[in-house]
Amino acid sequence: MTVVLNQSFTGISIGAVLLLIALGLTLTFGQMGVINMAHGEFIMAGAYTTYVLQKSISGAGLSLLVALPVAFLVAGAMGALLEWLLIRRLYTRPLDTLLVTWGVSLMLQQLARDIFGAPNVQTAAPDLLTENIPVGGAITLANNRLFILGLALLCVLGLTIVLRLTPLGRRIRAVVQNRDLAEVSGIATGRVDRMTFFIGSGLAGVAGVALTLVGPIGPTMGTNYIVDAFLVVVVGGIGQLKGSVITAFVLGVLQSVLEYSTTVSVAKVVVLVAIVAFLQWRPQGLYTLRTRSLA
Amino acid sequence: MTTTTTPTTTVSPPPVSPRERFKVPGAFLLGAILLVGVAPLVLSDFRLNLLAKYLCYAIVAVGVSLAWGRGGLLVLGQGVFFGLGGYAMAMHLKLADAAATGQTLPDFMQLYGTGDALPWWWQPFANPLFALAMTVLLPMAVAALLGFLVFRRRVKGAYFAILSQALAAALSIWLIGQQATTGGTNGLTGMQGFFGYDLSDPVNQRMVYFVIAAVLLLLMAAARQLFVSRYGELLVAVRDSEERVRFLGYNPANVKLVAYVVAAGMAGLAGALFVPAVGIISPALIGIVPSIGFVIGAAVGGRASLVGAVLGAIAVAWAQSTLSDAFPAAWTYLQGLLFVLAVGFLPGGLASLGVVLRRRRPRIRTTPTGETA
Repeated sequence: MTVVLNQSFTGISIGAVLLLIALGLTLTFGQMGVINMAHGEFIMAGAYTTYVLQKSISGAGLSLLVALPVAFLVAGAMGALLEWLLIRRLYTRPLDTLLVTWGVSLMLQQLARDIFGAPNVQTAAPDLLTENIPVGGAITLANNRLFILGLALLCVLGLTIVLRLTPLGRRIRAVVQNRDLAEVSGIATGRVDRMTFFIGSGLAGVAGVALTLVGPIGPTMGTNYIVDAFLVVVVGGIGQLKGSVITAFVLGVLQSVLEYSTTVSVAKVVVLVAIVAFLQWRPQGLYTLRTRSLA
Repeated sequence: MTTTTTPTTTVSPPPVSPRERFKVPGAFLLGAILLVGVAPLVLSDFRLNLLAKYLCYAIVAVGVSLAWGRGGLLVLGQGVFFGLGGYAMAMHLKLADAAATGQTLPDFMQLYGTGDALPWWWQPFANPLFALAMTVLLPMAVAALLGFLVFRRRVKGAYFAILSQALAAALSIWLIGQQATTGGTNGLTGMQGFFGYDLSDPVNQRMVYFVIAAVLLLLMAAARQLFVSRYGELLVAVRDSEERVRFLGYNPANVKLVAYVVAAGMAGLAGALFVPAVGIISPALIGIVPSIGFVIGAAVGGRASLVGAVLGAIAVAWAQSTLSDAFPAAWTYLQGLLFVLAVGFLPGGLASLGVVLRRRRPRIRTTPTGETA
């Protein structure tokens, strides 16, 4: 029983990381149908921001708190720049954005290597987050995992508030639902696109800060997560926060339980098979916008 | 059934006459002469061996040109099929090597001490015919299964690209995890012989080169026939407007499936030929990054043009080996930049550069030819 609970908790924390990464992706993917392979490098940018800040601000806890908004701004600015330079020229050819942003991601990885060196670096976690909470018997909840879970839920809450209650959110939802209709209704879709990219990429930066708590920081750290995050978006339904939240936790728990009963590599394969099987049942993902378009 | 019966009219043949269909393009002929006639004479054994490696990538590019260039299917998981073909071949060669020295197990299995028995799924690969067939059939079967499930439910575009990429990630992770039976991160290395021929002999390495060059030329000829056939027209039609093709009574899923499966078979064959030429197959050659690498060459050269895709694959592979040794950092920037520029601003790749420039020129000189591009 304790094994099941411990594995579920691990699964939930894997899911929280996936969710943080997928939140930004589902926003940018849903907005323009753009597949941003450089999203992983925005995560990396957030992680390196934490690293840099920790060198200049003493106190791991304070630097972590400062890193959250700063990483959001840094990664967000990179995303907005990418959108302005490249993606807005490509949005009639969504498939090509995947390849173009892959080129960008190669360059950003090399840039990180040139600035910070190829070996992975590490940040110190604040004392509070290195402890565990024992919960009755053998079950322990790692504080850093709980922090990530809290951060993920906070981001979902924040994003929901922005999307549901602000004029910007209303415009974003309008563009996701029907770009042409939004445009003729007087919405400056180009500006909305750039803001969406800013927010989506900024969330990747926040995810990067969270990842410094559970692993090393390196030039290729984004690549490790990007495919899994895309799977979350595909299964959850594009542009659907609800779908991403459910899918991230389900996949996280599935992955963790399978890893325990088989091996890491077999778990990956089984998860992929499960996803393909799921798409037989709901090819458009868990939640979809109802439209009258074909297919 | 009293309505007038319309006679079943024969569908008009594609707008390519038989004579035109079998005309051999000059560029192809020149390339064939260079590959088979000139290169072995002027290149050293070492360079020829490198060229053999690039030609393997070019074989993958033929499939990419078919599936992506003609069919619009962004195949990001070609590493999977390259790997399946490569591992099938390498497994046979390892078993043949072991048998030649009187062992029952390949050397790495003895090293990791997995017991005395050969895993059941290794056993059939001792048969050369089975192994050879598997280099093509196994990738095609995997592609057929995934393609059937994905295309039938109209999962398309980006979804398909991501799923095929996830497959590449899953396979390479799985291979790394099963160290005892797959060689893990190291992969399968140190092949001695190739169907009875000693691979360390330069003469036999030349033979491998000729085999690879011949396969490439044959597949290019076959792909061209496919492009000009009715199927080729249909594939382009599906790429440009899947719904219209569906309304005309065809099933786009089947059309796409054929392109995906054929491209997978080509990648498998390329992987199988890669093993004797380079002497290694490992997860590092087939994961997400190399899988996208297979697409880069075709994109830079020109995905829609067969010759462009092949030349692009060779050129990018050549640039990678020469530049990445001398300036690793500069090469990565260049690779990224090439990709951004080729895909973002020159979607037809370098093959379309001439067309793009020609289209620009009349605007300056204003020749009233009224020619449309």
